[in-house]
Amino acid sequence: MKEYLLDVQDLKTYFKTRSGYVHAVDGVSFSVAAGEKVAIVGESGCGKSVTALSIMRLVAQPPGEYVGGTINFAGQDLLDVSEKTMRSVRGGQIGMIFQDPMACLNPTMTIGKQIAEGLKIHLKLRSDEARRRAIALLEQVGIPAARERIDAYPHQFSGGMRQRVMIAIALACNPQLLIADEPTTALDVTVQAQILELIDGVCKDLGTSLILITHDLGVVAGIADRVIVMYAGKVVEEAPTAQLFAHPSHPYTLGLLSSVPRLDEARQQELNTIEGSPLTCCTHPPAVLLCRAARLPGLPVRKCRPWILLPMILPIIKPAGPMLQIPASKLWRASDSRLVVKPYRQNCSQ
Amino acid sequence: MTDTLVGNQLLLDVRNLKKYFPVTRGIIFQHTVGQVRAVDDVSFSIERGQTLGLVGESGSGKTTIGRTIVRLYEPTSGEILFSGKDLGKARNDELWNMRRQVQMVFQDPFASLNPRFTIGSLVAEPMHIYKMGTKQEIQDRTKELLDVVGLRPEYIDRYPHEFSGGQRQRIAVARALALNPELIIADEPVSALDVSVRAQVLNLLRSLQRQFNLTYLFISHDLSVVRHVADRVAVMYLGKIVEIADRDELYLAPKHPYTRALLSAVPIPDPQIEKKRQRIILTGDLPSPMHIPTGCRFHTRCPMAQDICKQVEPAFEAKEGREHYAACHFSDQVTSPIAKV
Repeated sequence: MKEYLLDVQDLKTYFKTRSGYVHAVDGVSFSVAAGEKVAIVGESGCGKSVTALSIMRLVAQPPGEYVGGTINFAGQDLLDVSEKTMRSVRGGQIGMIFQDPMACLNPTMTIGKQIAEGLKIHLKLRSDEARRRAIALLEQVGIPAARERIDAYPHQFSGGMRQRVMIAIALACNPQLLIADEPTTALDVTVQAQILELIDGVCKDLGTSLILITHDLGVVAGIADRVIVMYAGKVVEEAPTAQLFAHPSHPYTLGLLSSVPRLDEARQQELNTIEGSPLTCCTHPPAVLLCRAARLPGLPVRKCRPWILLPMILPIIKPAGPMLQIPASKLWRASDSRLVVKPYRQNCSQ
Repeated sequence: MTDTLVGNQLLLDVRNLKKYFPVTRGIIFQHTVGQVRAVDDVSFSIERGQTLGLVGESGSGKTTIGRTIVRLYEPTSGEILFSGKDLGKARNDELWNMRRQVQMVFQDPFASLNPRFTIGSLVAEPMHIYKMGTKQEIQDRTKELLDVVGLRPEYIDRYPHEFSGGQRQRIAVARALALNPELIIADEPVSALDVSVRAQVLNLLRSLQRQFNLTYLFISHDLSVVRHVADRVAVMYLGKIVEIADRDELYLAPKHPYTRALLSAVPIPDPQIEKKRQRIILTGDLPSPMHIPTGCRFHTRCPMAQDICKQVEPAFEAKEGREHYAACHFSDQVTSPIAKV
């Protein structure tokens, strides 16, 4: 069996609200090998960010709760270890890049101090050593005149530069795993290309594993080795990148791929759409898998979108009797390491 | 370029539009220390029933153009001819009448809809302002509008927070349609939406265009989206249009290195193509619009820049191809980064 750096098994993170539990992450399993680049794709509200936050154990409790599952990282279960150990993992062994660099950098501290902070805590460096390393890091992430700019404040940097600083902070202690949560969503395309190139480069150079969280399939195609597609808190498909793009097995993946206008293809009159809105929050009724399937291409979805109106869906999917409860055995890991919910497409085609 | 087209076909004709924002210092004794040249001598036109896509990075001035056209900003100079009349010089009454024909859809549907209004009153508000009939008539038309944009008329008494992002953008579109406008300025209408929902809203915008013979000025930073909706595309850089051409020509035969760089930066969802692709990655960021570089404003980031680019500003002139204009000294050397399809 392959040795994994990170192995998440059946992770469940729920949020308690007045109207019941929100199953944000509902039984997610995946693993990341050393040096591997894995992308998690999905629309807003599908639980991809909460998965990342759960790995770092940054979900606020309450209202969040880790209901079940394990997160094995470098030989220990991160859901089990003490808060003290967790602190040494965060920033030390796992680095994280967040979406909005303006919100995540402290506006009252210079860039240099913010990079050095982690170095002093995790690597126990002296101030002057930390500063020297901070300058080296800034150079590594491509900030010109790092020696002068180290004493600048975040507001003096542009969006792309701030994201570079975030990367420098995340890489400061040579983490084994880098989690990038929508690192380029707030940036322009030209800057996005720069940042992706940079992330790809540093991961190759340092042998760092990467979890890239994004909603942009274009970004995924260029950088990831393996892709995990999430929908409503569940993994619906997992495959090596080339395979996923060539032969998407799950209708949702297919829908995602075909609803993006592509520059390299002939222009279509109409874009394919996935009707309705993405499922978010709310407690899932027992036939939840059924409802997840309800928002698939080809179905008259206006009737079945708000799956809270479950009775309205039932008649539509009724012919596919066995789908009402998809047993766990139907979720299978094929020999090509792809996780597929098997019977969907045939059953939904009516 | 405007001379070649028949006058009455043009719905909007913008000529030498400038919008400068003064930068001031001091509280009591205010003095101007500089100017941000957000829009710097821009000319373009849109034919009736067509869509012009306006693309550029953030800070290039594309939003400022949109807002100046509806006079949310006062233009510094230049003409905005709408059906032959100058919007830029229109005074109260005239402006009041003209605004009825030019409507806007904004980027963020979470910010552009007042959370204290029901969606019925949001859509009906412009009709009440322009006194377009009795209460009952307006109510009926509101329901009809909601139906047109794909929302159920029963939702009329709900509040914006009860809707998802895509639905809210539909409400914003319904409100823009309320006055039967001729021109709709859509400022990044799908940037805040998820990919699957984005496709729905784009399809909606296109079907409405056919249905009501609308003209769009579609502002976006996403070249793949613009290609889907626009008939003609203008590329902006630091307050100036650097290239304008018909859609297919711009994408297949760009004549400006900035357009080429933008095209090559767009990720394509196909790992095979991504691996083979030659990326032209621009270094650095957009320069400050307060200190615009001399000569060609793109020379600081241009991979093809030579000495002449630093000194002489290239003219915005006709290039090979139909109605294709670009501002570059070496436009004949620019190649397309996308394979022919």
